[in-house]
Amino acid sequence: MDLSQIVFYLFAGVAVASSVLMVTRKNPVYAALYLVLTLFSIAGLFVLLDAHFLAALQVVVYAGAILVLFLFVIMLLNLGHAFEPDIRGRFWWVFAAGLGLVLLAELVAVMRGAPERPEADIVGPLLEARGAVAAVAEPLFQSYVVALEITGILLLVAMVGAVVIAKRKA
Amino acid sequence: MGPWGVLQPIADGLKNFVKEENLPGGASRWLFYLAPVISMFPAFVVFAVIPFAAPLATPWGTVNMIVADLPIGFLFIVALSSLGVYGLVLAGWSSNSKYPFLGGVRASAQMISYEVALGLSLVPILMLSGNVSLPEIVRQQQTTLWYVLPLLVGFLCFAVSYFAETNRLPFDLPEAESELVHGFHTEYSAMKFAIFLLAEYANLITASALMATFFFGGWDIPFWSGDNMAVAADGTVVGATPAWWITMLTAVVFALKTAFFVFVFIWVRWTVPRFRYDQVMALGWKVLIPLVVVYIAVLGVAMLVLSGAGIEFGLAYVGWLAALNVVLFLAVFFWLDRSRVVTGAGWRQVRSYQLQSRR
Repeated sequence: MDLSQIVFYLFAGVAVASSVLMVTRKNPVYAALYLVLTLFSIAGLFVLLDAHFLAALQVVVYAGAILVLFLFVIMLLNLGHAFEPDIRGRFWWVFAAGLGLVLLAELVAVMRGAPERPEADIVGPLLEARGAVAAVAEPLFQSYVVALEITGILLLVAMVGAVVIAKRKA
Repeated sequence: MGPWGVLQPIADGLKNFVKEENLPGGASRWLFYLAPVISMFPAFVVFAVIPFAAPLATPWGTVNMIVADLPIGFLFIVALSSLGVYGLVLAGWSSNSKYPFLGGVRASAQMISYEVALGLSLVPILMLSGNVSLPEIVRQQQTTLWYVLPLLVGFLCFAVSYFAETNRLPFDLPEAESELVHGFHTEYSAMKFAIFLLAEYANLITASALMATFFFGGWDIPFWSGDNMAVAADGTVVGATPAWWITMLTAVVFALKTAFFVFVFIWVRWTVPRFRYDQVMALGWKVLIPLVVVYIAVLGVAMLVLSGAGIEFGLAYVGWLAALNVVLFLAVFFWLDRSRVVTGAGWRQVRSYQLQSRR
């Protein structure tokens, strides 16, 4: 077992453990913090896969910005009743469990259909030649530019909608 | 304590170690202990990707004077520096007390707002250098101009948003002692309290080192080409020949540049009063972010025109950008100063009363 394998099991173990803890914690602030830990260890796994840029984005966007926003909202909305469960009544428990099973089945189906990892190392030479950022940026802004723009418009629409809702209340 | 008071910090540190630790009632013990640690960690880790001296040739090969030359370069800094806020937010929340809580909420809102401006103000550097590697950025500044000249407006935005990111006055809303009784660390005592202050100053030194590296040539000694060297991919040194005294000298120059920005940070702290909270938010969202976005667009057009005119990246290219930036900087300064941001709080109200009484 070489070093990268040890590091992999370290990150993977932390990711699994903290995601289980995230689901089981009663206090939403602790749950959000375990989610940060999960995202962080997944960023570590990305680095092990030579996806340095993806790892950086994971930490910048998810751990650094979105989860801070989550904490902000949880702290403000849960003032005074921190330990109240979100799921009430037996029907919703069954519904949530069913939804979880469907997601699990979907995940298994996707995993079974996943293409084999190619034998030849195609990532290493690309990173060597173009650097960690350009290797991602070039296909994103050339081959997939339409998809990128559509995603951008989608986000813009959501943002405008949020601003409109916020304005109406004020 | 001691000659010229130099031993005072040691006395304070000892005092803080032996003072009583307290845990407020109803506090979340784990997070309360974890928060100072989290706030300390990013400031130190970020320093690992900053090159601090010229490469040194040793019998065992060339040593690049940087702890970790990561493939993602300064994106690592953006990623890590955004994590420091967890320390503040958790300290505020876990204290189970109202003022610290308000401080924590303010910290998270301010950090999210200014992180956008900070990230965007690094885009001009990326556009000009075409690179995220910090040693490469230093190398380019050695052969052309320091990037503070061709990216003057970018530097302005970077400096302002880094002041907000490190929670220094005039942006220290999370601790605002006159309104929040020192905000997020009200309930902390002894060394845990001191660690928050140490983290703030560690952050300040890291921010100064970053400003020196991005915009003031890093460890480059100005007007001297004897230190213009860089380590190529195969480990050989290109440019000037390395020597131990050049490495020492550049390290000293880098420390001086960093010290200068530390001085500026402290200077601003004792000069500018604290903003009101809505002013901080308005400055971030309504001034800094639009300004940076427009600046990126203008810079992109300028670079397109320059390469269209057949000017390659070099001294002339950077010189033209510098000329453009001086003009832009003056325009931005006068735009900001039309009694909106730079004038004091409530001044518009005062003037409207004056206008009314005149009628």
